[in-house]
Amino acid sequence: MNTIYILWLRQLKRTIRSKSRIIGSLGQPLLFLVALGFGLGPMFQKAGGGNYIEFLAPGIMAMSILFTAIFSGIEIIWDRQFGFLKETLVAPVPRLQIMIGRTLGGATVATIQGIIIFLITLLVGFRPASWAMLPMALVFVILIALLFTALGTAIASVLEDFHGFQLIMNFLVMPLFFLSGALFPLDNLPSVLAIIVKVDPLSFGVDGLRGSLTGLSQFGLSLDLTVLTILTALLMVIGSWLFSKIEA
Amino acid sequence: MPSIISVDNLSKTYPGSKTPAVDGVSFEVEQGDVFAFLGPNGAGKTTTIKILTTLLHPSSGTVRINGHDPQHDQDAARRSFGIVFQDPSLDDELTAIENMDIHGVLYHVPKELGRKRTEELLKVVELWDRRNDYVKQFSGGMKRRLEIARGLLHHPKVLFLDEPTIGLDPQTRNHLWSYVDRLNKEEGITVFLTTHYMEEAEKVARHIAVIDHGKIVGQGTSKELQEQTKTATLEEAFLALTGHEIREEEAGALDQMRMHRRMFTRR
Repeated sequence: MNTIYILWLRQLKRTIRSKSRIIGSLGQPLLFLVALGFGLGPMFQKAGGGNYIEFLAPGIMAMSILFTAIFSGIEIIWDRQFGFLKETLVAPVPRLQIMIGRTLGGATVATIQGIIIFLITLLVGFRPASWAMLPMALVFVILIALLFTALGTAIASVLEDFHGFQLIMNFLVMPLFFLSGALFPLDNLPSVLAIIVKVDPLSFGVDGLRGSLTGLSQFGLSLDLTVLTILTALLMVIGSWLFSKIEA
Repeated sequence: MPSIISVDNLSKTYPGSKTPAVDGVSFEVEQGDVFAFLGPNGAGKTTTIKILTTLLHPSSGTVRINGHDPQHDQDAARRSFGIVFQDPSLDDELTAIENMDIHGVLYHVPKELGRKRTEELLKVVELWDRRNDYVKQFSGGMKRRLEIARGLLHHPKVLFLDEPTIGLDPQTRNHLWSYVDRLNKEEGITVFLTTHYMEEAEKVARHIAVIDHGKIVGQGTSKELQEQTKTATLEEAFLALTGHEIREEEAGALDQMRMHRRMFTRR
């Protein structure tokens, strides 16, 4: 247990101590929020979609959580050769504990990131439909964070260097994000895209987050919650199994 | 003296490869010895060490560290050794003492005992007054010293040193070996090292094994190897045993990552 705690704490310390990384990772979501929000806002409203900032805010939160989470999982690739991971692989501790410590740590960092973005959206003019639903929103933030940290860990356990990383970023992470309903509503999509959307775990996360924060949910909060919980549990199992197979 | 490391007919063939990386290697390391494991690049050195340190499973053969089988008795084997890897394995964004603390938790060293030993070890490697500084501020030599201190925190019987002085200046190298020598003589820690610096191996090591193409091609003290090959220095003996040709190597992903590291970090 001590092991899990200290590895969790380590992830937190690393993030808090790197001010430039924190501020840097806020840049992209902020840019999207402001540029798209105020740029496409008027058009969205005219097309009958309502307030775009309101629609976009949960999507941008999900965006920052997604990227932070995947990155902390992927950090393993670097750590594997140059860092700290080797120290943990050689230590008399079960791999499972190492994986859980790292994943919880990474997910915590991604969650904090999501909360910070939420506060920023408040600055830009977003208001949640119901403050009472905030705890539910937090649940979704945590689930998204856990799911994608576990996914990042699973991927990183299989890749040995950064070459595959580019492929993963462009052909997995970006599509996951763009086809999740974070930036635009998911109705009336051509059938191929519609299928991908159903299969994209982030869609349920975004929908759940949006549902808790604005009351607009396409799939229904209980479906979102169920799907996310099952997928997160599944990925954590797969992630730990792959992680335990690492031969440094 | 009993053997603290024994390797018997060890073989390893990587999946997808036709030739074994390690082919029937056998050697023993006595407790309290300083043992140098030498060989050209691609000889099977790293593979052997990974097997000894539980990071890789052998294809066949038996290995014992302090009586434990690294494959089937992993944790007991792991508690018996400390290792300083060729590439740094410290957490740069934590302080020296935080790195030591984490090691203590991972190796189940009780907190109070850990704190006491941390102080002793950091003083031995002369890093005690830098204990609250971030490791990213340390030079290569300081990081190596910290890793040695850390590797010994749980008082293992064996210390593995994989190319410990690579990239270090002569003063640091000298200091490093004097710490290792002190720990070996005073605490009886067995030292298992690999290096390309033959003069160092000659100076520090009491027993040597030379591996090439996956097989042991020479074993014994430096003198014995020189007599065997009718040469005057360990370096000449090594070249006689392994040939003068430069080994063809492919730059692997690891070399590329090392290049990246050099480009993107300050030290």
